[in-house]
Amino acid sequence: MIHIDVNIAGWARRHNFLDALFRAGTAGFAIVVLLLLGAVLLALVRGAWPALAQFGAGFLVTEAWNPVKDRFGALAPIYGTLTTAAIAMLVGVPISFGIAVFLTETCPPWLKRPLGIAIELLAGIPSIIYGIWGLFIFAPFLQSTLQPFLIATHGELPWIGELFAGPPFGIGVLTAGLVLAIMVLPFITSIMRDVFETVPPMLRESAYGVGATTWEVVWNVVLPYTRAGVVGGVMLGLGRALGETMAVTFVIGNAHRISASVLAPGTTISATLANEFTEAIGELYISSLFALGLILFAITFIVLALARLMLARLKRQAGS
Amino acid sequence: MTLYARRRIRNAIALALSGAAMVFGVAWLAAILWALLANGVSALSIAMFTQMTPPPGSAGGLLNAIYGSAVMTVIATLIGAPVGVFAGTYLAEYGEGSRLVPVIRFVNDILLSAPSIIVGLFVYEIMVVQVGHFSAWAGATALALIVIPVVVRTTEDMLRLVPNSLREATAALGTPRWKIVTHVLYRAALQGMVTGAMLAVARISGETAPLLFTALNNQFWSTDLDAPMANLPVVIFQFALSPYEDWQKLAWSGALLITFVILILNVVARALASRSKKLV
Repeated sequence: MIHIDVNIAGWARRHNFLDALFRAGTAGFAIVVLLLLGAVLLALVRGAWPALAQFGAGFLVTEAWNPVKDRFGALAPIYGTLTTAAIAMLVGVPISFGIAVFLTETCPPWLKRPLGIAIELLAGIPSIIYGIWGLFIFAPFLQSTLQPFLIATHGELPWIGELFAGPPFGIGVLTAGLVLAIMVLPFITSIMRDVFETVPPMLRESAYGVGATTWEVVWNVVLPYTRAGVVGGVMLGLGRALGETMAVTFVIGNAHRISASVLAPGTTISATLANEFTEAIGELYISSLFALGLILFAITFIVLALARLMLARLKRQAGS
Repeated sequence: MTLYARRRIRNAIALALSGAAMVFGVAWLAAILWALLANGVSALSIAMFTQMTPPPGSAGGLLNAIYGSAVMTVIATLIGAPVGVFAGTYLAEYGEGSRLVPVIRFVNDILLSAPSIIVGLFVYEIMVVQVGHFSAWAGATALALIVIPVVVRTTEDMLRLVPNSLREATAALGTPRWKIVTHVLYRAALQGMVTGAMLAVARISGETAPLLFTALNNQFWSTDLDAPMANLPVVIFQFALSPYEDWQKLAWSGALLITFVILILNVVARALASRSKKLV
């Protein structure tokens, strides 16, 4: 006689308990992720407090940065951060769009994968490599080619001439912007490519069916359909460009001033932090650097949040 | 010119430009890799892997930096990956109908692309300031904070790819939920999750900004996790910006080493991913 002793109630109790434990455990870790963002914000505010109390809102609009006299203002780094990111977007977005169009529309299928991987590898290269390459290879290259050309052709023009005034240093705001453009290229491209592929084949084919050219399909059908996603991708790239540190630190020249010329050296928030933080002495100096970090955090948070909302909107649209 | 001809010409120009953009993009990859090879190979030697970072003017290698980078990367992954896996599991398996889960997902996506230098500042404030000195622990913590969102994201995506029929079939056998997740779903999604972890390792092994204020750097051999520790990215940063030619050479070969390790990790991870399923 085989006797099977099954204690169903005990078994169920044990596993119900383990189930609840597992659920609560994973929930705990998920909440850690949530709290992380709040903790970062708190720590930054705490670190920045002395500077905020001392300078108030004037911190945002003061250009002075004088560790000796303990006078600090964020205007120059904010200006540099915004200009370099703007240059990166101006150059990077059209090129990313071109690559995404090529990969989704004209690329022969056998080339699609290798080219896609090449673009993704570009995203994998760490920013310090872009920095060392930018400093030793790209900046001298610009100094002898693009920059003299810009000065010669645009330097004398009214208005625009201001932008290209001064000697070609090699390093500077323009160089930093261009390196950033190369760095954000893979991020924007891969999102654009992915959202272009969400367009229902039916839409595309109907457009071709009434005789549209490839370009007309892209411009009049694919782009309007994916607008939210494309904008989201661009914003994501912008978020990267605003916060990028090492590559910019190498090539921007680290000068705490605002120049009209994009050929002049400047600084960004992240470059200032990378350069000065470990050498900063005095509470107010360190605290001012924290305040810079807080500003950067706020700017990128807004940009990234908008990017995610845009991408989520496209997803809902594709799902419905 | 007829309308038809105009449209065709416009189409040809647009497509040619997009092809040019493609060439342009790939050209940068080639240019960077070429520069790394041209400048890095000449300084590559056995000494790089056997000697410490030298004072300017004398010969040396990168052994302490390589060791430090490896140690901090491993610790960061050991801390960050489990946290990420469990958090990702919650988002994928218990997220249905929850109001908190979309918020967590949103926050995670923000963390995923937040500037890494901010993470450095954060860890400086919560660890370095409290203890009073820079340490490898702080460096590893900063890197772990970068690993977490990457792993959360891939874990969630990979678990979502597992067909529901598998969950239902297992549940029909009377398997409790926690066993379904750990014994069935994790196995089904394993390849994708490993890919995610590898991409996270690739990402942190080149990160410099979060280490600047946490692990700092160390000219000497040190295995003390409670003290500043040398690491490749910061050594490259300092040596490249130095005026000494032999330091710059070492920086180039360090850059070559780091880039190839990262590219190999990327390629292997993607090969793994395409062998299993389509990744994110």
